[in-house]
Amino acid sequence: MSVSVPMIAQTAGPGAARAAARKRGHVGGMNRRPGWVTNVLLGAVILLSAYPIYYAFLLASSDAPTISQNPVPSLIPGPNLIENLTRVVTSDIKFWQAVLNSLIVSGVTSLSVVLFATLAGFSFAKLRFRGRRPLLVFIIATMAVPTQLGVIPLFIVMSKLDWTGKLVAVIVPGMVTAFGVFWMTQYLESALPYELIEAARVDGCSMIRTFWHIALPAARPAAAMLALFTFVGSWTSFFWPFIVLGSSNPTLPVALQLLQASYFKDYSLIMAGVIAATVPLIVLFAVAGRQLVSGIMAGAVKG
Amino acid sequence: MSTTATDAADAPAPAGPLPTSPAPRGERSQRRQNLRDTLARADVRFSPYLYISPFFLLFAIVGLFPLVYTAFVSMHDWHLIGGQGDFVGFANYIDVVQQPRFLTALRNTFSIFLLSSVPQVLAAIVILAILDANLRAKTFWRMGVLLPYVVAPVAVALIFSRLFADQAGLINSLLGEVGISPIRWHADPLSSHVAIATMVNFRWTGYNTLIFLAAMQAIPRDVFEAAVLDGAGRLRQFVSVTVPMLRPTIIFIVITSTIGGLQIFDEPRMFDQLGQGGADRQWMTVTMFLYELGWGSQKSFGRAAAVAWILFLIIVLIGMINFLITQRIASSGGHPTVNKAAARAMAKSVAARSATTSSASSSTTSGGTR
Repeated sequence: MSVSVPMIAQTAGPGAARAAARKRGHVGGMNRRPGWVTNVLLGAVILLSAYPIYYAFLLASSDAPTISQNPVPSLIPGPNLIENLTRVVTSDIKFWQAVLNSLIVSGVTSLSVVLFATLAGFSFAKLRFRGRRPLLVFIIATMAVPTQLGVIPLFIVMSKLDWTGKLVAVIVPGMVTAFGVFWMTQYLESALPYELIEAARVDGCSMIRTFWHIALPAARPAAAMLALFTFVGSWTSFFWPFIVLGSSNPTLPVALQLLQASYFKDYSLIMAGVIAATVPLIVLFAVAGRQLVSGIMAGAVKG
Repeated sequence: MSTTATDAADAPAPAGPLPTSPAPRGERSQRRQNLRDTLARADVRFSPYLYISPFFLLFAIVGLFPLVYTAFVSMHDWHLIGGQGDFVGFANYIDVVQQPRFLTALRNTFSIFLLSSVPQVLAAIVILAILDANLRAKTFWRMGVLLPYVVAPVAVALIFSRLFADQAGLINSLLGEVGISPIRWHADPLSSHVAIATMVNFRWTGYNTLIFLAAMQAIPRDVFEAAVLDGAGRLRQFVSVTVPMLRPTIIFIVITSTIGGLQIFDEPRMFDQLGQGGADRQWMTVTMFLYELGWGSQKSFGRAAAVAWILFLIIVLIGMINFLITQRIASSGGHPTVNKAAARAMAKSVAARSATTSSASSSTTSGGTR
């Protein structure tokens, strides 16, 4: 990002270089470390994004009387976290089933999205066929369609199939996404050289073997990011699972809703549920948050 | 490509269902060779369509068909359990529009949407300026602002409905410290909208900041160099170069958050334990109204479908207005590179947001936008 003073001297003359050097010294050039204002603001932003989660943790480790007496909880966690978590697990919201359901739905959806999106991305990025461009544009355009508004017919279809209350009703509609196809196309366009594909073809690989042995390995970094985004999206999704699964076979967000409906007066219990449902993703974030960040950044960086 | 196939036949090739051992020369092998050529050509010709077909199939079945069929359902008496009834024309629409709750829901939805989109874009720009500074441990700070994104909207709503509790809530007691009397977050319409919008902002501001940050990296460096030569300081560079160059991205984020924001459900649904949007439906959104009509006491899929179709038309209308405005702005300024980056950022944010809003559709992932 920085323009060196000598470079300015060379391109714009010594006067400009002197001015730039002066500016850098006084007003702050691009290379200067940020001042205290920036640091304070940065601290405030991080505090705002982390405190509500910590607040949930504080309440989850407390008990109902303490919570109602102290609107601002003490920053030191209370002693009741394990007890509250136990109460969540043993309450009638089918907690373990919800955990298992969320794992299955998010896991299967992620795998399926990665597989189908990479397949389509390979096709759009590297294969030549009639209508390639318009079809890709169509897929991108579908991202702007508010398909959530089709819930009623979708629900009717699921009832006809006798899928209501079953995980398959949540998994199938999310099995491949426009975003995934678009994402993998973008990535494979630059990451997969034509030479590799041609070499495989010359060696007698069929299309599908070329995909499996050449494209899929090359797509691995982007595929990991796509899996991560899909997993988070699927884990946190509520509207459709809430409608089609109901309380008999809940995912975690649906279970949280049940917890709130039955125990709305006991905030230590509800927050213990929130923590239990959120910790898996926080752990995932701690391990792979770097990839999430670079995933969001990647698109534009590649220009 | 047929050369490829011939080459493949010379070397023992493992392709396809054909025998792989080299056959003896002769008429038989010639025929086999021809068959292999044909298959290889078919493979090259049809595989691309085969590979992209899952998306189109799924989109047709769970995206497009339900949307179109919604119009059909909305023209009928249709009961959740009883199923299809008589054709009633536009009676469902008339019925729905005449309900005072529909207007309330529309008002609430737009109010929450404005309170979440405008401050969010402004906050994202301010945070962008901070993150753009020459910080140590950049990735750490970026992860810090993204942290709320991994908390489910339902969980965010539970946390914030407690923070915004009318009695003994943290926000009210902090306000009390500075001498402001307690606000009835769960009673006043506007206050409840602010609380709900805060949940949305909490989850999405950091995410959008990173999209801006990404789009910023695509701004050509020479523009900044020119600004430096003209003697612009950091703040001046940000206000006069970065923000104008980000305009397309900002517009796209607004468009995408419109699509999702107008369908908001999770946060207002979880704002209290009853999930009806308050005693006077003061924070009931259009999607909540749809849910209440379809799965509440009425169980009228016909009316729910009418609401869905009205909301669809509103979203399309606003999308078109946005598009026209964007076209004008894009043609009057904006660097082509930036536009490309913005388009990509947009696609990404739509996808990410849509997945969160619902997995019901064939689009992908996150909260406000679809």
